[in-house]
Amino acid sequence: MRSGTFFFAALAVAGLAFESLRLLENEYLFFAGYVVLQYVVLATAWNILGGYTGYVNFGTAAFFALGAYTSVALGKLVALPIPALMLAGGVISGVVGLGMGYLTLRLRGVFFAIATLALAVVVQTLITNWDFVGGSRGAYTVRPAVVPLLGSYVQYLFLVMLALAVIAIAIAHAVEGSRLGYGFATIRDDEAAAEASGVPTLRLKLVATTLSGALMGMAGAPLPYYVTYLDPASGFNLAYAVNSIAMPLIGGMTSWVGPLIGALLLGSVQQVATVSNWFGGHPEVNLLIVGVLLILFVIAAPNGIVGLIGAEARRSGRR
Amino acid sequence: MSAALLQVENLSKRFGGFMALDAINLEVESGARLGLIGPNGSGKSTLVNCLCGTLRNDTGRVRFEGAVMDGLAAHQRTRLGMARSFQLPRPFGSLTVAENLRIPLLYTVNIRRGHHVPRAEIEAREAELLGLVGLAGKAHQRPRDLSQVEMRKLELARAMAAEPKLLIADEAMAGLSHAEVDDILALLRRLNEAGITIILIEHIMRAVMSFSDRLVVLVAGRKIADGRPDDVVRNPEVEKAYLGE
Repeated sequence: MRSGTFFFAALAVAGLAFESLRLLENEYLFFAGYVVLQYVVLATAWNILGGYTGYVNFGTAAFFALGAYTSVALGKLVALPIPALMLAGGVISGVVGLGMGYLTLRLRGVFFAIATLALAVVVQTLITNWDFVGGSRGAYTVRPAVVPLLGSYVQYLFLVMLALAVIAIAIAHAVEGSRLGYGFATIRDDEAAAEASGVPTLRLKLVATTLSGALMGMAGAPLPYYVTYLDPASGFNLAYAVNSIAMPLIGGMTSWVGPLIGALLLGSVQQVATVSNWFGGHPEVNLLIVGVLLILFVIAAPNGIVGLIGAEARRSGRR
Repeated sequence: MSAALLQVENLSKRFGGFMALDAINLEVESGARLGLIGPNGSGKSTLVNCLCGTLRNDTGRVRFEGAVMDGLAAHQRTRLGMARSFQLPRPFGSLTVAENLRIPLLYTVNIRRGHHVPRAEIEAREAELLGLVGLAGKAHQRPRDLSQVEMRKLELARAMAAEPKLLIADEAMAGLSHAEVDDILALLRRLNEAGITIILIEHIMRAVMSFSDRLVVLVAGRKIADGRPDDVVRNPEVEKAYLGE
């Protein structure tokens, strides 16, 4: 499918989903759905670097929280609409992503992954000690009770995140079938051979880290308005990093569908587990679910759900 | 005097305390068929890696078509017209065989022409190259489904896809049968007749001797002989390196 057609198809699906949810007249669905969509963006963004080029980023929380804290900082200076804050958060996290890209000059594989983890710790330490955005005490954000047209502010946040999810997926889809996508795949497979074929590996890796980081920052930008109280411990929560790796892994890392499926599935299960009495009302069970699923998939289906479906399709095709 | 296609001046490469290449001087004329031989560990592949930008040489200078290559990344050298195959095949494992050949078309031929090569032409070129190396039936398979021999052919085809002026074949024939070696030699000869300069690094002496019009011998990182193949193999120093005292 052409990228333009795909974008409008995704937009139509998203619009339909939004209107259907509104028919249910349950405000909580938007509140929980926001988090699921946020993970759709994070998982898709992570996969652009981790799935397509094979560079594992453990620092998702840093990019995400940088987006959130950009909003906090800007919110103290001027009143800006959420989409503008998202752009700002995207720029800041994109620049940090670009910096992370230069790490790939010297670091590969597990060493790169460890460096991204270190990056997250460094950024968190800086934010924790920056009084202007609340330091370790955290920052309160006052949000309007209502917005024009929609009425509910939570629905507005949901809609904004839905739009970002559509954009992120459209970008991932466009990259996949393109020259850039082929270049990313060669980096994942063999960088020396890629260079020998004329692929400018460093430039492509910088594109991937910048794009991935920017999308993560954009996903984080509305967070202060969603939680209304943000402190470093929650903004830099390890769950963001773990989930954004687990979701593409469970869904499948080779195409845009994988992170989407993984995030919808895992994100929804986590949301339900948070409020239901399944596990005696212990929300901490969330991470346990992720851990168990991760182990199962790594052993039984290393190519994720998409890989399982693909293998099944090939088997039935041969019959 | 027209400058040589490739000029290597005083090139050295050291790995810690080990001198892998020691002041190599080499000129390759356009259209040449150069054989590069030497015992294991003599620095052949290191020289290729320094020529192609995979490794940085410590001293010395590489010129290609008169332009200094030092400081240029490997992909820039490929785009200028140097292509190489790897000693151990390094295919792109997640791509199909045909897509492996698409990479140099998308990233080298595209750039050199300054415009996009149309999709139909890309596909035609992939089919042509696969036909040339005898992999036509395997276009949509993954490299892991190929035999070692087929992988070597893919490696060579991918280097050819970059439409190079200089093709460096690093042991493209190891493990191949007699007839297959002849096939690859015939292919390299055809490329050479089409104007491509070829450096052949090879252990199979029969292949090197029948292909090359000039032979260079590396021993322990130093060039010990350079000249007509028949003269070089009679060189006492070369005999000593290969057969011992």
